[in-house]
Amino acid sequence: MSDDHHHAEMSYWRKYVFSIDHKVIGIQYAVTGLCFLFFGFCLMMLMRWQLAYPGREIPLIGKLLSESIAPGGVMLPEFYNALGAMHGTIMVFMGVVPIVVGGFGNYVMPLQIGAPDMAFPKLNMASYWVFFVGGVVMLISFFVPGGAANSGWTSYPPLSNIATAGQTAWLCGMVCLITSSLLGSVNFIVTIVHLRAKGLTMFRLPFFVWAQLVTSFLLLLAFPPLEAAGILQLMDRLADTSFFMPEGLVISGEIKQVAGGGSPLLWQHLFWFLAHPEVYVLILPGMGMVAEVIANNTRKPLWGYRAMVYSTIFLGFMSFIVWAHHMFMTGMGTNISAFFATTTMIISIPSVIILTALVISLYNGAIRFTVPMLFALAFLPMFAIGGLTGLPLGLPASDIHLHDTYYVIGHFHYVVAPGTIFAIFAGIYYWFPKATGRCMDVALGKLHFFLSFIFINIVFAPMFWQGLAGVSRRLYDQTVYAHGEAVQGLTIMSSWGAWLLGLAQVPFFINFFISIRWGKKVTDNPWDATTLEWSAPSPPPHGNFTVEPVVYRGPYEYSVPGADKDFFPQSAAAEA
Amino acid sequence: MSGAVLARGLLVAAVVAVLGIASPALAQDAKAADISVEIDGDYGPHMPPAVYAHDYARKGDLLIEILHYFMLLLFGGWGIFFVYCLFRFRQRPGHQAHSAPVKASVSKWLEIGVAVFEGALLIGLSIPVWAEVKNQLPTEEENPMRVRVVAEQFAWNFHYSGPDGIFGKAAPQHIDMATNVLGIDPDDPNGQDDLTSGELHFPVGRKVIAEITSKDVIHSFSVQVLRVKQDAIPGMRIPVWFEAAKAGNYEVACAQLCGNNHYSMKALMAIHETQAEFDSWFETAYEEANAEFEELD
Amino acid sequence: MTTNLLPYTVKPHPITEMYSGKFGMWLFLASEVMLFGALFSAFILLKVTAPMEGAAAWPTHEEAHLSWKIGAFNTLVLILSSVTMVFAWAALKGGDLAKGKKYLAATLVLAIVFLVVKILMEYIPHINHGYVPSTSVFFGLYYTMTGLHGLHIVGGIVVIGYFLGPGAALYHENPEYYTNRIECTGLYWHFVDLVWIFLFPTIYLMN
Repeated sequence: MSDDHHHAEMSYWRKYVFSIDHKVIGIQYAVTGLCFLFFGFCLMMLMRWQLAYPGREIPLIGKLLSESIAPGGVMLPEFYNALGAMHGTIMVFMGVVPIVVGGFGNYVMPLQIGAPDMAFPKLNMASYWVFFVGGVVMLISFFVPGGAANSGWTSYPPLSNIATAGQTAWLCGMVCLITSSLLGSVNFIVTIVHLRAKGLTMFRLPFFVWAQLVTSFLLLLAFPPLEAAGILQLMDRLADTSFFMPEGLVISGEIKQVAGGGSPLLWQHLFWFLAHPEVYVLILPGMGMVAEVIANNTRKPLWGYRAMVYSTIFLGFMSFIVWAHHMFMTGMGTNISAFFATTTMIISIPSVIILTALVISLYNGAIRFTVPMLFALAFLPMFAIGGLTGLPLGLPASDIHLHDTYYVIGHFHYVVAPGTIFAIFAGIYYWFPKATGRCMDVALGKLHFFLSFIFINIVFAPMFWQGLAGVSRRLYDQTVYAHGEAVQGLTIMSSWGAWLLGLAQVPFFINFFISIRWGKKVTDNPWDATTLEWSAPSPPPHGNFTVEPVVYRGPYEYSVPGADKDFFPQSAAAEA
Repeated sequence: MSGAVLARGLLVAAVVAVLGIASPALAQDAKAADISVEIDGDYGPHMPPAVYAHDYARKGDLLIEILHYFMLLLFGGWGIFFVYCLFRFRQRPGHQAHSAPVKASVSKWLEIGVAVFEGALLIGLSIPVWAEVKNQLPTEEENPMRVRVVAEQFAWNFHYSGPDGIFGKAAPQHIDMATNVLGIDPDDPNGQDDLTSGELHFPVGRKVIAEITSKDVIHSFSVQVLRVKQDAIPGMRIPVWFEAAKAGNYEVACAQLCGNNHYSMKALMAIHETQAEFDSWFETAYEEANAEFEELD
Repeated sequence: MTTNLLPYTVKPHPITEMYSGKFGMWLFLASEVMLFGALFSAFILLKVTAPMEGAAAWPTHEEAHLSWKIGAFNTLVLILSSVTMVFAWAALKGGDLAKGKKYLAATLVLAIVFLVVKILMEYIPHINHGYVPSTSVFFGLYYTMTGLHGLHIVGGIVVIGYFLGPGAALYHENPEYYTNRIECTGLYWHFVDLVWIFLFPTIYLMN
């Protein structure tokens, strides 16, 4: 199956840079995504200095920043806003999604379905490079006159319409990133439907693959409206149209000379039509990874696999009809708000089902506290907190007080940070041996886990109290307000949590890079796992499987009564 | 949160307040009001003081409270089960996993119970409260005070209609950032007694209808102590209504990113004990504003 | 090349009854429906919320200065090009490369006619009369929606041109594979035609 003779002829560029092998592309996505994730994290660590110690010179790097963004080492509000907007943009579109979909999806999914590669390998490569270009455009935007986009990752007009050139760069970057996602999602869906190994029916698929399938449908259908909105905003900014500009705007005392007649709310509808499904794109692959790790480390099948699959599909469908719960305060009437509040309450049900199924999966298991399992287990209560705190936000009456406060920031970060990012770590520690043939150091892994778990809660837990106290989001200095000043202690606590969280990643970096070269070598299936990727060599060659896999059973046949081992791989032929 | 942390935080905040915040004045952006009065109320890591008299705020607070007890109950119960599983089913010598699926009818009933409870909150509290916010604007018999709230980068403008109760017409072409920020038509007789102020004043016990709009970008009129929040969207004029139960000085904040000085876009909200006190403030403010206007002539 | 190992590149899959490329094209078209659908939704929202009079009111049919006759002509041109596209694919399915290429060329010519009419007889006169995207929301939408549609036509022209030119060599290597790619191009082309069939009444006739 492997075509080494072709390989020997391939140049370095074709083999490692412009490869069409899904494993190389997956690693490219994951590494690039992790770099962007780390960069986005650094932006936040910078912001947190200004938040904790407003108006004070930034230590160490304050002097390195240019006078136009931080005179005397004290960051300007416009720079703070740019950091905020780009932190969100980078983490969501250049960090998490490329890692969980482009990275893990690309690498693991074809292996888990027994395919030699993705359905469209060249398209896969193109998707990565378009993503890369989009990322570069976003980074370069920091250096255009006026700095990077600073109207929030949500880019509401008219503010974003009149913003400096960085916003145009943001729009161009988004067009690239969206295109990359669209092409990738087509690839994923066709691959999962068409390229499954013999015997691998849909309900024998690992839950991770189901999660990727639904995620890809979300990306495919939800991204285009944002692309349309981006085109309209580019027209507003570059061709002076008024899609989002009403009549009679007066900016800084000057009447804005545009035709008018546009609607700022139009942008919000188009944006949130994507951005709500987008948050399920952020969480579903993570849930998939956690499910794999839990099944493997409880040595028993997942509880409620079918319920989880149906819930995921229902969740995907519902995610398209909740978007305006982000817009409750825009002057919404009773009928529309009742509709969206109802759909929002309904969508909490499948999430709870999935979470409950994962917890019940622990019951009657034999839990191994491996490093991936530690992260996967922590995911559960963290996601629970994130999900529960969505309830007061999803009901308009309670949202009045909490909308656009730190409560919202706490809510969504709990789902994405100790939620998805912990799932990412679980996935890295779990699949590292498959990609490299070596395992990561356990002691460093446990240190990374415990420190991260403690500090990440110190960062985000105080935000709920700040939100209840009424502190608004996106404030360069919350002490301007009496209610903000009164809880500035919580801000300082969050900031120190964030800096310590940054330090807590050092053991991870060391572990990751050292283990690639000097990690302990392991067998092809060091976790004694059942899913197909573990029956391929570590790392798998071109074409992935030395013998074409045939699937005989479900994905989580652990502790089957009467078997001699406590796991039964999917592709192992039945005993005679 | 511990008192020590709070105390440290307050100390730092006090130092910062003393040092002051330098907000660069950009072009002709309106400057945020310099509030030198002391703000009333006890603030901290809890809900802000309840200065409101209108019922929807009380019900909103009740909803938040109920929800948090509900969330704690769910998380606590679920968490206990979770930790129990981690201990009871940890791998150890002699312990075997059992692959047969457990019957979990408890979880099914809990699930249904959660859904029913959420539905009850939605139908019993949230939807009626929202209807109260949107549909139960004070009628004319209740003699509400009307004020137009016009947000701009980076200040709040409060347009009072004056004794005649009629707002003067405003248009962009009349705007003068020094003397007529809202562009009230100087030829409109109804506008003669109008007042534009950077402060929101009204008396206790009188309902207020505030019509929220913006001159430039989206802002959000947010008064924490009254539990009022409404996006200020240019091209739209959206009414909110409220009533105060006690007098005092409080703050209006901006709750939607509106540019560089979004953070400092606050205004004083002064609630007067009586209508007479409000009237006397209005007279003084009106005379001062016109004296300035004549000085500039 | 791993592409040789991939099944269903030509043979249809039992569940979808399509080869992979066709399934992929349908999925892509679904996303395109969302893209143009978003723009149509924007059109509706902006029209419905526009003031009834004043500078920001929407133009009447006369004020819009759009000739429905030119629009109708272009609609016929595109429908005809979809027909020639189908004939091209049918010819290739029947093993006749020459006939297939003739019909592909006809499609290409019709596409170019569409663009030429659009640019020379609509865009340029409009711009010369001062009707540019910034003139009003209506004109902004007109240029944006027809412009995006026009870009899709250009994309189609590039792909058809490729298959007429250097890409035609694939027919001799693997005729079924080449025919399938023409089929997928045809699907895309029909979609572009369909978008225009919605655009024409919306923009030219709705006022």
